[in-house]
Amino acid sequence: MATRFKSDETFRDDYRYGNSDEGVLRFPFPFVEDSYMYSVNMEPHTRSAAPGVFAAAFDVDEHYVTECAERARALALEPGRCMVLPHMRDAEWDTLELIMESLALDYPDQFALERHGLDWTWTNRPLGIHQSFRFGDATTLPHPPFEYIVRQAQGDFTLQDQRDGTLYIDGGVATTPADWSLAFDVGMTFHEWHGPVPLAHQAGVFDRALQYLMRIRYGEPARRLNWTMTVHPRLDTSPENYPLWGPDRAGLTAENIGSQLFLRVELQSLFRLPRSNALLFGIRTYLASLDDLTRVPKWGRRLHRVMRDLHPDIAGYKGLTRYHDVLVAHLAQFDDGEPTTPGIASDIAVLPA
Amino acid sequence: MTNARTLHLKVARADGIAPTLRRVHLVAADGARLPPAAPGAHITLTLPAPAGGRPFHNSYTLVSADPEAGYEVIVRLSDRSRGGSRHVHESLAPGDMIEATAPHNLFALHSQAKKHLLIGGGIGVTPMIAFVTYLREQGASFELHQIAAPAEVGVFEALLALRTGERIHIHAGRDAFGLTALLAAQPLGTHVYTCGPAGLMDGVEASAAALGWPETHVHREDFGAAGGEPFVLRLAASGIDIAVAGDQTMLEAIEAAGVDTPSLCRGGACGVCMLPVSEGTPEHRDHYLSEAERGAGCLVMPCVSRSRSATLVLDI
Repeated sequence: MATRFKSDETFRDDYRYGNSDEGVLRFPFPFVEDSYMYSVNMEPHTRSAAPGVFAAAFDVDEHYVTECAERARALALEPGRCMVLPHMRDAEWDTLELIMESLALDYPDQFALERHGLDWTWTNRPLGIHQSFRFGDATTLPHPPFEYIVRQAQGDFTLQDQRDGTLYIDGGVATTPADWSLAFDVGMTFHEWHGPVPLAHQAGVFDRALQYLMRIRYGEPARRLNWTMTVHPRLDTSPENYPLWGPDRAGLTAENIGSQLFLRVELQSLFRLPRSNALLFGIRTYLASLDDLTRVPKWGRRLHRVMRDLHPDIAGYKGLTRYHDVLVAHLAQFDDGEPTTPGIASDIAVLPA
Repeated sequence: MTNARTLHLKVARADGIAPTLRRVHLVAADGARLPPAAPGAHITLTLPAPAGGRPFHNSYTLVSADPEAGYEVIVRLSDRSRGGSRHVHESLAPGDMIEATAPHNLFALHSQAKKHLLIGGGIGVTPMIAFVTYLREQGASFELHQIAAPAEVGVFEALLALRTGERIHIHAGRDAFGLTALLAAQPLGTHVYTCGPAGLMDGVEASAAALGWPETHVHREDFGAAGGEPFVLRLAASGIDIAVAGDQTMLEAIEAAGVDTPSLCRGGACGVCMLPVSEGTPEHRDHYLSEAERGAGCLVMPCVSRSRSATLVLDI
């Protein structure tokens, strides 16, 4: 079924954003059981047979056009949100090729890539782009190759150089960050940029994850889901702009939390890049309000149990502490104590009205 | 995004370039594009065994890799060959179809090197050719010392397409080459890369260590430890024996036998597929079990680990 792209959404100021029923049902609900703790929850990023967010290498959904516009706006306001260190030049072209190839393969009605030697032509119908360029020659594109292509994908991306037995974050774009800063992290090692995460270091999660990531092979990408919460459907929750969104947490009440608080899920994907041997890390953000999610009975029950029992250090790290009590009290009405099935599936085909 | 991506290749050309060296040019069987590859990457070819034995899986460094022009490898006929290199030398012909893994790079150039010092021995020239091609394109600082049998010096000179002004030295035999003095004379920030006989690579590592080089600046060719010896897996509770082939993981063998067992990352990191061992000695290759757990020998991660004993008994 062809996706109908929304055209009048905003992710700041007046926050005109919403999910269709299909959008809610395909939401990547991140909790596989009724409790949550950090783990190495990586799995192969294989295309699922069923439609949904795992059916493509880079998921394109109903928010594609408006999200690309929002990200272009973030880059126009702060061009430093995209930066790539000079030694990652090959990785920039690798990224461009991977995203173009994948979009053209997964959505042949929307995207097309023609290649004759180094002369390439790229067509992006939803954004009205038709670009001929020479692969490897950055002067033939309107932006540097990494920035050019990530502007046409949903979500953010970082580039990791693999050397000295670790990964270095040596480039990326951060227009939809869940309170992390590319300008702060760029050049850091894997353990350095994960430094602030509580509990997981002591549990060895990052040591094991790093070993796994460094062994990811070309053509065998991996993924995991991560989550936090955001007040309003705001994609740009950057530390640089904290004064613009941080205070919103103080405005949540029992009356408005269902419509104003959003579960923010990151579909994180990792691809080995062939020319540079770098890793591309995709951070694709999905937003759904509590009102949306609690229409799915299983998700309402589970969300209540996960939030009620959440370790206080994790709640603090994710910025939930101030409104945690209001959140749990609100979710209690959706938990009838019935058991839930394992896994993230919604278990329903149609949303109740 | 398919897993364990297999390439279907066709031999476009195969030329003898010395009595024991054959250069093989491979293209996609269907004429499509091949995955690009970084210098230092290798592919693993599936080569037929004589008389219907299990096929050989031999890894070869890519001398060149281009999505449209194809891949080139150079294969040395090995005296000890069980048949892989013998097949390439004696049977392989243009038009033959070969299966291969996608390129995999465990011998990458370091992005922060101020200078690249390349030391090759014999057939270890293959990654050096790929490195030199790339470093020339980048205008990077490099120096190559390649050891060759006296009779093959001319062959190696031709392969490396020597250019005036470059520091490429082909030594007729290892005695003609002063390793310690060479390493001692390098400027700070140099990375050394070595490929060739184990004695040469061990010598480079030992000399560099003795001279105080950081370990992170010393690189040797590595095809990885994928696969291993075949063994038998006995599922005690289910009462079945499963043969685990050399190129198959324990988890794949269990799944192929129709036994349902949980797994997640399939890379030895998440712990989901962990199984209890009741007899036999696991060969642990995971990143999950602690040293104490390994020592106890009661648990194994079937997605990556294997068996040191001919039979491994699992309590499932």
